[in-house]
Amino acid sequence: MAGEMMTGNLAAAWGARLAGVDYIPAFPITPQTEIVEALAEWCDCGAMPARFVMMDSEHSMMTAAGAGAATGARVFTATSSQGLLHAFEVLYSVAGWRVPLVLVNVSRALAAPITLEPDHNDVLAARDAGFLQIHAETCQEVLDSILMAYRIAEDERVMLPVLVNLDGFYLSFTREPVIVPDPEKVAAFLPPFRPAHLGFKASAPHALGVAVLGGTPYTYFRHQMHLAAMNALQVHREAAADFERLFGRRYDVVEGYRLDDAEDVLVMSNAFATKGRAAVDAARAKGRRVGLLRLRVIRPWPAEAIVAALRGRRAVGVLDQNLAPGLGGILVQEIAATLYHDPERPKAICSFIGGLGGKNIHEGEFDAIVARMEQAGKAGRGEGPVLLYTEAEHREMAQLQVLASASRADR
Amino acid sequence: MPWQRETFKKIKQIPREEHVLPGTSLCAGCGGLEALRLAAKVLGDDVVYVNAAGCFTMLAAYPFTPFKGSWLYTTMGSAPAGAQGVRDALDVLIAKGRLPQRDDLKVVVLGGDGSTYDMALSSTSGAIYRGLDFYYFCYDNEAYGNTGVQLSAATPYGARTTTSPCSLQHPAGTIQEKKDIFEIWRAHKPPYIATVAPRYPLDLAEKFARAATFTGPKLFLALSACPTGWLYDPGETPEVAKLAVETGLWPLKEAINGAVTHTYLPKRKPVEEYLKLQGRFRHLFEPTKQEEAIRHIQERVDAYWQRVTV
Repeated sequence: MAGEMMTGNLAAAWGARLAGVDYIPAFPITPQTEIVEALAEWCDCGAMPARFVMMDSEHSMMTAAGAGAATGARVFTATSSQGLLHAFEVLYSVAGWRVPLVLVNVSRALAAPITLEPDHNDVLAARDAGFLQIHAETCQEVLDSILMAYRIAEDERVMLPVLVNLDGFYLSFTREPVIVPDPEKVAAFLPPFRPAHLGFKASAPHALGVAVLGGTPYTYFRHQMHLAAMNALQVHREAAADFERLFGRRYDVVEGYRLDDAEDVLVMSNAFATKGRAAVDAARAKGRRVGLLRLRVIRPWPAEAIVAALRGRRAVGVLDQNLAPGLGGILVQEIAATLYHDPERPKAICSFIGGLGGKNIHEGEFDAIVARMEQAGKAGRGEGPVLLYTEAEHREMAQLQVLASASRADR
Repeated sequence: MPWQRETFKKIKQIPREEHVLPGTSLCAGCGGLEALRLAAKVLGDDVVYVNAAGCFTMLAAYPFTPFKGSWLYTTMGSAPAGAQGVRDALDVLIAKGRLPQRDDLKVVVLGGDGSTYDMALSSTSGAIYRGLDFYYFCYDNEAYGNTGVQLSAATPYGARTTTSPCSLQHPAGTIQEKKDIFEIWRAHKPPYIATVAPRYPLDLAEKFARAATFTGPKLFLALSACPTGWLYDPGETPEVAKLAVETGLWPLKEAINGAVTHTYLPKRKPVEEYLKLQGRFRHLFEPTKQEEAIRHIQERVDAYWQRVTV
């Protein structure tokens, strides 16, 4: 079935539209803006029976979204980068309220220096806020993941907000064929939102987000959130099975590519994983037994699926599109911790940092990654963090520095 | 023609029923709580309070709440945005028939002066701009009270707080003038704004009754005499709250669609009578009396009343 050509942003807007959301508090930020523009137009022309409200900031937007969901409405909103960070305080609040809203983040690198292009320091900064996280690779997956996100978030075993991530520019503004699911099938997949334990109303008053005195109730409620997040693994399995049955597309918490006989495995997430798949094909053509593992769900952390995919491999290379200054990659730490207790853990874990601020990862760099994984596997000793930066990029940067110092000398 | 109360003319007309129950963990003698208790007599039970971080956070401490209505604790900077989310969702759910009209609620923001004058000002401005139908109840104790009484933008000239101590450089303590949040709200053109004080319950109740006839943002600035921060005996709260009004320092007024009316014209006792009762102003009187600082406060009050009564 052929899809319509649409950007990742429009696919995200379609996800919200098909989910039949009631309420969209919004605030614009590049490269997310197209999502809220589309929703504003659809609400205005009556295509969507939802209330769209332009807020005064992401901090307010996130609060209104959480409060709307706490009142019993199905809520959608979207942001990016600095906007996500501006909302940061409220992410923890709404997760603590246990409200099942869906937030789309269009990944964009963080200032300073300011840029518009993507990496994952924004979304990964939010990984411990209590939001579940789904990271999409394609425009189709963006739309489908939003439907799955509501299904998982609103399950009584979960009741947590979900963040769906897509890469700025690489998905937000890239047109791909997207199949728009049939609304009747969506209705079969995603039941109406009728929360049993939420809602402010005269007949059943309740208090939400109240203070706790002392660590005992605090620990209890926080641990409940943890258990609910872990429940999402099972709920995701059920949702994925139903989704596949109705729509024919299957999504798992992690996704393997040519893993069956792979000796070495590259671990990636989001849109650049598509480049990773091409690199695996190229390496396979040269006779190298390489595979790829894409992390699709980052929270809850799918530890079992990761161990199952990586157990017994010679080497694992984690390509982090983020940088924790003073440490290196964020995801490699979680992968290493996850594998540590497995008696058949890989012999070597390598850490690569690339794609920061949308910087391309060239074919030659993938060749080098594959070679270094092989080397590390044979030596039984991992390496990194290795910053991917080509000689051509070094030269380009040197030229910019010459220009910068020349203009300074002119003054 | 003087301001006339229409709904509440006698103290007996104020409902006896309590909607904020006693036994909370707020400080003894909290003037803000008294104002809220009176306000709730008019607001009733069908309310959702959207709370910003502040002293009132301690009203609902698990597993207790003193309210018969609902409660949502948001953040210090975004309670008005929380009110937006609740109001919008109620509207949507009622319009779609998923919630019966009788289950509708009044949405009331509770914020201290720290939140109201400072951190939540942007989110408040947004909510008024959008014409949100809500009540904003600010309990103004003129300091960041819940954190141990630090300087806020509501702290008046001459008051001592832990972050505006009186020193050789600043013998008066706080040297800034209190931010005029009433006028900041008025510039946004909401339908209703009022100041209230718990020692004037008929005035307070009348204003809440009037506000109910307006759709849109409604502000109540409640004088919240604070024994803990202002350093006086909790039993003196009524006297302190009364003198704030009688000296003219806390004008009782309302603005309907921008038109300001003073609802009570005090005979205006000297400000000294109010200042000398409170530990936060003690340095103005001892070891040596700071005549100039006291005169400054008096002149400012005189100038205010001259401007508004001429």
